Amino acid sequence: MRTALAALAALALSTHAGLAGEVAPTDVNYMDGAVEMSLSGTAGDATEGRSIVGSKKKGNCVACHMVSDLADVPFHGEIGPPLDGAGERWTEAELRGIVANAKLTFEDSMMPSFYKTEGFIRPGKAYTGKAADDTFGPLLTAQQIEDVVAYLVTLKE
Amino acid sequence: MQKIKTVLGTCAAMALTAGVAMAGPAEDKLILNEEIEMVTVTTAPDHMSDAMDTIYSGWHFRGVETRAMQSDDFDNPGMIAVEQAEDAWNTVDGSEGKSCASCHDGSDSMAGVKPVYPKWSEAAGEVRTLEHQINDCRENRMGAEKWKYTGGTMQGMVALIASVSRGMPVNVAIDGPAQSMWEQGKELYYTRTGQLELSCANCHEDNYGMMIRADHLSQGQINGFPVYRLKNTKLNSVHARFKGCVRDTRAETYKPGGQEFIALELYVTSRGNGLSVEGPSIRN
Repeated sequence: MRTALAALAALALSTHAGLAGEVAPTDVNYMDGAVEMSLSGTAGDATEGRSIVGSKKKGNCVACHMVSDLADVPFHGEIGPPLDGAGERWTEAELRGIVANAKLTFEDSMMPSFYKTEGFIRPGKAYTGKAADDTFGPLLTAQQIEDVVAYLVTLKE
Repeated sequence: MQKIKTVLGTCAAMALTAGVAMAGPAEDKLILNEEIEMVTVTTAPDHMSDAMDTIYSGWHFRGVETRAMQSDDFDNPGMIAVEQAEDAWNTVDGSEGKSCASCHDGSDSMAGVKPVYPKWSEAAGEVRTLEHQINDCRENRMGAEKWKYTGGTMQGMVALIASVSRGMPVNVAIDGPAQSMWEQGKELYYTRTGQLELSCANCHEDNYGMMIRADHLSQGQINGFPVYRLKNTKLNSVHARFKGCVRDTRAETYKPGGQEFIALELYVTSRGNGLSVEGPSIRN
C-alpha cells in the first residue's frame, strides 16, 4: 500500500514537473508588484499575445483598454488606461506582475487578476453562475501570461 | 436645475475632449405619451452624497431609438405584457373565487405602490418585494398558485402595477425596520465577487458613462424595472438582471427572490430615490 502511494506521489510530482519551470499561481514571487521570472519558463509569443489581448474568449483586455495596434478589433473600452506605449512605461517584470495580479501594483485596481486562484468571494464556474468546481484555474495560463507580456513590451508610442 | 445643466454640460465637454461619441449620459428629456414629464436626472439622495452628486436613469445611457421607443406606449413592447396583466387583474383565479380586482378595484388603484417597494411588511415582519406581495395575495387571499418569481406572468403583473405609477418619484424607506436589510444590500453592492472580483460599484458608481467593450455603462438604476430588453425581447425582473451581472463577474450567483437579492434590490432602489418610476422601460 505504501509503495502504491509513493508511486502515486512520484507520478504526481513528475506530472507537475512535466510543465518544466512553470510557476504555480500560488507560488509567484512578486517584488513591489513586479515579477522578474518567466511564469512558464518558455519565451512569450507576441503574435499569440496580440490575439489574447483582443479576443473576447481569451484575455479580452480591450474590454477596458484601448490599443491602437488592435484597430482591426471592434469596440475598445475606456475604463482602464490605453495600452499604447505600455512597453515604454513599464519594464517586462512590471508588466508581468500587472497582468498576473494588478492589485499588487495598483491598490484596489478594478483590473481582474489573471494569474490567481485563491482569495475570491463566491468564485464561480466560468460564466455559468454556478459554484466553482475542481476545474477552477487562473483566467490565463502561465504561457498565455508570457505571450501577453511579450506583446505588451512591443507597444511603443 | 442649473446644477444639473452644468453637470450635463461638463459631461458633454468631457465627451468632446475625449473624442468619444457616447461618453456620459445623453442630454435628453423623457416625456411619456406627450403628457407625463419624467424625472430621469436629479440630485442624488443624501445617503449616497459622498459617492455622487447626480443620479441618472439608465434611459440616458441608451441610444436615440431606444429612448424614443419608450416615450410612446404604442411603441413600447413592454406594454403588451401590461395589457395581458390587466386581463389577469380582472380574472378570478384560485379557490376563493377572487381576482385582484375583487379587493383592489381597478389596477389604477395601485398608483403609488411601486415607488415604495421593496418595503417592510409589518404583518410579515420582513422586507418584501412586489413579487413577494403579489404571490402572498395569490396564495393567501385568492387560494391560487404562486407565480414564478422571474417569469413572464409575474413580471407582466409587476409591470402593470409599475405602469400606473409612472412619473411618480421612487421613494423607498431605508430607515426603521428596513434599515438592517438596507445595510446588507449596501454591503453586497460594494463586495467584489467572483473570479473577476467586480462589485456593482466598480462599474456603476466608478465608471458609469464609460464604455466596457461595446456596452455603455449606466449607473445601474432600477427605477425602470421590469425592463423590456431588446436583446431577449421580454420583460426582465430586477433579480434576473442582478443574477446576470453577478454571473458575469464569474461568481456563484444568488437566488432570485432570495434574501441577498431582496436586500440588494432595496439598496439599489434607494440609490434611485427621486427618479421617476419608468416600468416597463426599454433597454438593450
